Amino acid sequence: MKKILTALALGASAVFASGAAGAATLDQVKKDGVLKCGVSTGLPGFSNPNEKGEWTGLDVDLCRAVAAAILDDPTKVRFTPLTAKDRFTALQSGEVDVLSRNSTWTSSRDATQGLNFTAANYYDGQGFLVRKALGVKSAMELNGASVCTQSGTTTELNVADFFRTNNLQYEVVAFQGQEETLKAYESGRCEVFTSDSSQLYALRLKLANKDEHMVLPELISKEPLATAVRQGDDQWFDIVKWVHFAMLNAEEAGVTSKNVQEMLSSPNPDIRRMLGVEGNFGEQLGLTKDWVVRIVGKVGNYGEAFDRNVGAGSPLQIERGKNALWTKGGLQYGPPIR
Amino acid sequence: MTDTTIAGPDRPFIRTEMLTPQPPPTAVSGFAGWARQNLFSGPMNALLTLVCAALAVYLLWVFIDFLLLRAVWTGTNREACIAPGVGACWPFITNRFGQLLYGFYPADEHWRPATVFFVAVALIVPLLTPSAPYKKANALLFFVAFPIFAFVMLHGGYFGLRTVETRAWGGLLVTLVVATTGIVASLPLGILLALGRRSKLPLIKFVSIAFIEFWRGVPLITVLFFATYMLPLFLPSGWTIDGLLRALVGVALFSAAYMAEVVRGGLQAIPKGQYEGAMAMGLRYWPMMLLIVLPQALKLVIPGIVNTFIGLFKDTTLVAIVSIFDFLGIIRAAFADPNWATPMTVYTGFAFAGIVYFVFCYGMSRYSRFVEERLDTGHKR
Amino acid sequence: MAITHEGPAPAEPVRSRSSILNDARFRGLVAQAVVAAIVVFAIGMMVWNAQTNLANQRIASGFGFLNQTAGFGINQTMVEYNETSTYGRALLVAVINTLMVAGVGIVFATILGFLVGVGRLSKNWMVRQVCTAYVEVTRNLPLLFHILFWYLAVLAAMPAARNSYSLFGEIYINNRGIYIPRFVFGEGSGVGLIAFAIAVVGVIVLKKWATARRNATGQQFPVFWTSVGLLIGLPLIALLAVGFPVTIDHPVLKGFNFSGGSRLLPEFAALVIALSIYTGGFIAEIVRAGIKAVNYGQSEAAASLGLKSGLATRLVVIPQALRVMIPPLTSQYLNLTKNSSLAAFVGYPELVQVFAGTTLNQTGQAIEIIAITMGIYLVISLVTSAFMNWYNQRVALIER
Repeated sequence: MKKILTALALGASAVFASGAAGAATLDQVKKDGVLKCGVSTGLPGFSNPNEKGEWTGLDVDLCRAVAAAILDDPTKVRFTPLTAKDRFTALQSGEVDVLSRNSTWTSSRDATQGLNFTAANYYDGQGFLVRKALGVKSAMELNGASVCTQSGTTTELNVADFFRTNNLQYEVVAFQGQEETLKAYESGRCEVFTSDSSQLYALRLKLANKDEHMVLPELISKEPLATAVRQGDDQWFDIVKWVHFAMLNAEEAGVTSKNVQEMLSSPNPDIRRMLGVEGNFGEQLGLTKDWVVRIVGKVGNYGEAFDRNVGAGSPLQIERGKNALWTKGGLQYGPPIR
Repeated sequence: MTDTTIAGPDRPFIRTEMLTPQPPPTAVSGFAGWARQNLFSGPMNALLTLVCAALAVYLLWVFIDFLLLRAVWTGTNREACIAPGVGACWPFITNRFGQLLYGFYPADEHWRPATVFFVAVALIVPLLTPSAPYKKANALLFFVAFPIFAFVMLHGGYFGLRTVETRAWGGLLVTLVVATTGIVASLPLGILLALGRRSKLPLIKFVSIAFIEFWRGVPLITVLFFATYMLPLFLPSGWTIDGLLRALVGVALFSAAYMAEVVRGGLQAIPKGQYEGAMAMGLRYWPMMLLIVLPQALKLVIPGIVNTFIGLFKDTTLVAIVSIFDFLGIIRAAFADPNWATPMTVYTGFAFAGIVYFVFCYGMSRYSRFVEERLDTGHKR
Repeated sequence: MAITHEGPAPAEPVRSRSSILNDARFRGLVAQAVVAAIVVFAIGMMVWNAQTNLANQRIASGFGFLNQTAGFGINQTMVEYNETSTYGRALLVAVINTLMVAGVGIVFATILGFLVGVGRLSKNWMVRQVCTAYVEVTRNLPLLFHILFWYLAVLAAMPAARNSYSLFGEIYINNRGIYIPRFVFGEGSGVGLIAFAIAVVGVIVLKKWATARRNATGQQFPVFWTSVGLLIGLPLIALLAVGFPVTIDHPVLKGFNFSGGSRLLPEFAALVIALSIYTGGFIAEIVRAGIKAVNYGQSEAAASLGLKSGLATRLVVIPQALRVMIPPLTSQYLNLTKNSSLAAFVGYPELVQVFAGTTLNQTGQAIEIIAITMGIYLVISLVTSAFMNWYNQRVALIER
């Protein structure tokens, strides 16, 4: 036992040797024929198993798009449900290749957790869910409240900051799983359930009487929910990042899952480059020429995915808002493929 | 001395034939007597009896009332159980029965785990019945052929069976898979560790002690966390081990350490004469252990071994910490289903889970008592 | 480490001269060399892999994070802690919370276990049946089931703060926990503390004197009740003498919650109840086995000396039964402590929840944190077994 501890300590105090790239994730994925993707344990709209046990959601679709780009098959993904607490360790250790699990992009996570955030899949902010019967109209009236949240999230830190800066008393009850958190809120253990506002809308659907609950208007933080990969594999980082950008560019150019085959004959040089009719931009990334055709044809563009999972075509009915394309006043901006 | 007759015509006051015995006074016999002795032997005892009886009757009534009398038996969603004053909401269980048994195992493949269940029962029942014949063949089938069969059936990928990732396994299936493999693996491992701990070779002894004390000293959930999320950090990149398997190894090693201590207790109780006798017969270490010492030692600690098995069975619930949905885990997940959100859902789920776990664990402990009595060779002091 | 008695070791096998392969010493050396090679190789490989993997991914390492600001709140802190405290401080809070839940759980589990264990041997049939049922039910259900049941099912049945159950208008029970009045000791309360210390010393002296007198003359002295009187009475008199500077802080409904008084978190309550009930079932069996292990002649001898059955149990049977009970009791206490880690399922801020949960996630230093966490549990477990071994030796039968 002593030996093991010493070994752990040795391993822990390992001096940094930066640089040398690890095994190429892309080759591994191609070899296994499956992409290992970390998702949430069940968040409607983002990553949630349906009745048949198939995963659906905006975060899930990103993984499906990556799998489509590499393996030409969006079903070749092994989803690993992770709690907030376990997610980064699972990514660090190689248990998953892509972490697409509504994780907030922060500097410390980027710098010290051994991971790289590729791009924000969804721009969000933290909000509060309360019972209507409480008669609270603003978060500033929450003095003395008990707050239920998930442990190991930025939420847990933001809520501490918010109550402290506003000189409000509070009690935080942190659970490790989402189910317990929600259950505790529902049973009245807390006045407030706090999380990213998208999550609040999604989880409200899981409550027995969803109309008895409301989301307070304040957003107390910036929560760019981003996809993450391990550090040390730049090629893989590029691929995951550009799959997201490809979905944005496809939406911007009006390429959808329905018309992607016709678009192959489009005269527009941007579209021709994107779809691999001209140039070999996919191959430069380590993919194939037709990577965007695969992504959009099999999964759809960003707008389609958003609509289907969280937007107008879903029970969540979330507005595009900040997640509209930059051309429509939003923040989603895909750098050009050229 | 000659035989003297006590009774005789000259002594008419002496009785010559036996009286028919009278029944004992009712105060000490029959139900009344029994009750007086065992229930009401004093004011304090009478009070205790009444309090306990009231408690027992009350709890029994609560259970029967909730589980049967006020229960709802049919329905398709929460509307069925939303009425005030209803008891257990059984349609919540029946509607997801498949999920509770098999987790997210594809519905059209449910026949596969079902077959495995039936084959397992068909093999285990005769194996555990002392009077059933063909024990050796049966044991061979169960310990060698059955695991292969079960793996092929459950995981698929051979003989045209569709591959079902262990990720999709869940419910009672996972609970039983983890428990059975854990039980089968932890006993031999525990015996080895116990022998190692009593070994005269210092290094082997040290390693065994370190191993046992480490596993007994840390909580299982940290072990599971380590095995599931951190182990790949310690393996060469590119090595992958199935997630369920990792949890399984964690659980098995954990209970092996406990098993080792139980077996050590048995080894310590074997008198030195047995070792000496075995050696006098010219037996080496392993034949001595396998033929003389272990059979006696294991017999002594059957209750402890079965308790470790029961503990392992109960510990399977902790795999939930690494997002494997075992039986209890899948019930907990079902609590969050808004279609079944009623005040009674939680209680129904707990009642059902409780009954299932109780049946398995209580069954095991009863069986161990039965074996203990059967193997008892009457050497008790 | 807890190695108490080693049984008769397998004696030296016969040494053969025919072949070195048959030489027991040689074979022993080979076996050890193989084990050593495997252990060294496995550990070396793990360390090497971890080093490369960490370096490749540029994951922070080292223990410097313990001095960084934690930034999250904890809802039960026995020592000063706020959001600006360090991770190291959070670790301390977490360890104290773990020890607290384990300590309280051990006390309740022991009391419950002794009552039920004795009850299982009662002459009263009804009591026996109820105790047996308790043992069978608690031992045959998973602990996680107990914890979740007490937390989810019982908490859900508790009223909101505004409709709290109230006892005597002083104690309130609701879904936020249990609120009890708290004594606030004002200026000059130190006198009470001093008086209490004097009372403690007095009790010890009294006990010694009473024992000596009993040994000399056989006369009994009611030590217990006198001690209770001393311990309560002396501080009370002292406090009254300085004008009773003690006020009571009552819990009052204010806003969403009660304020004032002392509060037990529902997570804490659920965890303690579940752990005590579950472990109590095991302790009951240990107690029963321990008492049954005491020769019946001991009880008969006690009875023939004229001891009443209660006294006989307390003075003759239990002290002897304790010897048999202590080793298994130790492992139950250790189990309970380790099992308190299941608090992660109900959100009680203990070691696994706060440190191996939130802190791990904020810092990402899984190896260090899991090593510290496991190390702390190991230390707790080794210290507990060392203490119990010491106690075991103290009460052990000193044989010829």
